Amino acid sequence: MTERHWQRKLVDAMVRGLCLVATLAALVPLGLVLYYVTSRGIGGIDRAFFTELPKPVGETGGGMANAFVGTLELVGLACLFGIPPGVLAGVYLAEFGERRFAKLVRFSADVMSGVPSITIGIFVYTLIVLRTKSFSAYAGGVALAVLMLPTVTRTTEELLRLVPESLREAALGLGVPKWRATLSVVLRTAAPGIATGIMLAIARVAGETAPLLFTAFNNAFWPTGLGQPTASLPVQIYTYAVSPYDDWHQKAWAAALLLVGMVLILNVSARLLVRPRVRSR
Amino acid sequence: MTQSVSLLGATTSARDSTRSSARTSAPPTTDQPKMRAEALKAYFGATEVLKGVTLPVASHTVTAIIGPSGCGKSTFIRCLNRMHEVVAGARVAGKVLLDHQDIYAPDVDPVRVRRRVGMVFQKPNPFPTMTIRENVLSGLVLNGLRPKDPGELVERALRQVALWDEVKDVLNRSGTSLSGGQQQRLCIARSLALEPEVLLMDEPCSALDPIATARVEELIHELRERYTIVIVTHNMQQAARVADFTAFFYLGELVEHDRTDVIFTRPSEKKTEDYITGRFG
Ligand SMILES: Nc1ncnc2c1ncn2[C@@H]1O[C@H](COP(=O)(O)OP(=O)(O)OP(=O)(O)O)[C@@H](O)[C@H]1O
Ligand SMILES: [Mg+2]
Repeated sequence: MTERHWQRKLVDAMVRGLCLVATLAALVPLGLVLYYVTSRGIGGIDRAFFTELPKPVGETGGGMANAFVGTLELVGLACLFGIPPGVLAGVYLAEFGERRFAKLVRFSADVMSGVPSITIGIFVYTLIVLRTKSFSAYAGGVALAVLMLPTVTRTTEELLRLVPESLREAALGLGVPKWRATLSVVLRTAAPGIATGIMLAIARVAGETAPLLFTAFNNAFWPTGLGQPTASLPVQIYTYAVSPYDDWHQKAWAAALLLVGMVLILNVSARLLVRPRVRSR
Repeated sequence: MTQSVSLLGATTSARDSTRSSARTSAPPTTDQPKMRAEALKAYFGATEVLKGVTLPVASHTVTAIIGPSGCGKSTFIRCLNRMHEVVAGARVAGKVLLDHQDIYAPDVDPVRVRRRVGMVFQKPNPFPTMTIRENVLSGLVLNGLRPKDPGELVERALRQVALWDEVKDVLNRSGTSLSGGQQQRLCIARSLALEPEVLLMDEPCSALDPIATARVEELIHELRERYTIVIVTHNMQQAARVADFTAFFYLGELVEHDRTDVIFTRPSEKKTEDYITGRFG
């Protein structure tokens, strides 16, 4: 009896230990990235970094204010173009689509989420940049939106499917029209989860470089309009990191830190935002 | 259905209790049915689960539906407010008359039917994103109606289900923070706030303890004076306690329908007798 007992304790301790080690192994790269980016980038973050334009090649100083604003602009456009169709498609798949067409949409979304982002950049380049004969924030926003779309669609669909059937029936049983039940009960119940999914999708595209190279391109000056080439942090990081100048390397690290910070803030606010409005106890 | 449903008007009429004396000691009859199923058949895909049921439901009475599991009790009452067709692949044939109008006539809007014929489900299903107060008002609010005096309406509905004293200080808590029995009473209050003409209850007490069950039964006694009630139950004693009429279903067919005292003392069908004496089912 007691021998069995010890055996069980031993196995338990071993498995626990393994889990702990695996968890640490998964956390180490994250910690290292954060540490490295912070220690290298923190020195480059000053007032000028947020307020000044990049200096021409050869001169030191200057900042990345335009790239910061540009990234906000591009991500904003991506949300505008990507979230409404994504959420609506998810609602369609979960609530209305039981047909072949729905299967096709679902399948396309899954395939699309596996398409390399540079491919989407080239696609939008052909579709918009070549036609309008200009790199633009629009094109960049569309590229990021296309990248977000499958995630938003599938997240929405899956979270709506988690809403118990009994709630739909409760609403319909009260004589609520189906569209209203879908919006005010089903979507609302799933809203926190969907918001988290969307935030994570935003965080993912905020750091995308490849699709922007062919679409928003880059710009050394303040954005003057959505039809103009627009600077962004990822592209700026890329440009600076491959340059031969130490000062630019330093700025690339600082920009990387800023980007990580933005993504972190997005993630954290996603979590804060979804805290239930109604107290349950 | 051309008849418009004046929800708020109905609320006022329910308050005056002039109609409550309508119930006399004379045995109830089905001469004036509020609803009547005629040769009602229901299908899930190709499976026929109701095989032509004809059953009148007298105005201001309680009708209990009894029968072994799977015999089509839930399906039957879901046909009475057009909730059956909500399930994918489900279909109905035959007629259901509500005040002599067929609710399955092509020009009838199922949403309107459900406002007149309310439903309480087997499992309590309050809206988790809403407070207790909002749950009570949800039927009105989701239908785009603004009650004149929401506070009064909430109190009246919660008093009707004997829940007011328990929750009056926590009206802003989530509806799902209540116990199962309280949740079920909340769901009944939610249906009552819409002042339906008929209330369908599918095993409303199956998740409740004896005390909560007794409360709900008391409630049914009181509600009978204002509403027409159809209740599905597995509990013979409950049927005997609350119902004026009892209908016994078996394998999708209505075997017998009569006054409750008749069904329980001298049923005319052998099957009914076997079932209520516990010989099968
Ligand atoms: N969604 C569904 N799809 C297919 N068949 C169904 C579905 N729901 C019920 N059925 C079938 O229809 C028949 C009647 O079911 P119903 O739920 O009306 O029975 P019930 O009398 O309410 O049983 P219980 O007492 O267990 O609640 C059963 O044979 C069941 O298998
Ligand atoms: Mg049932």
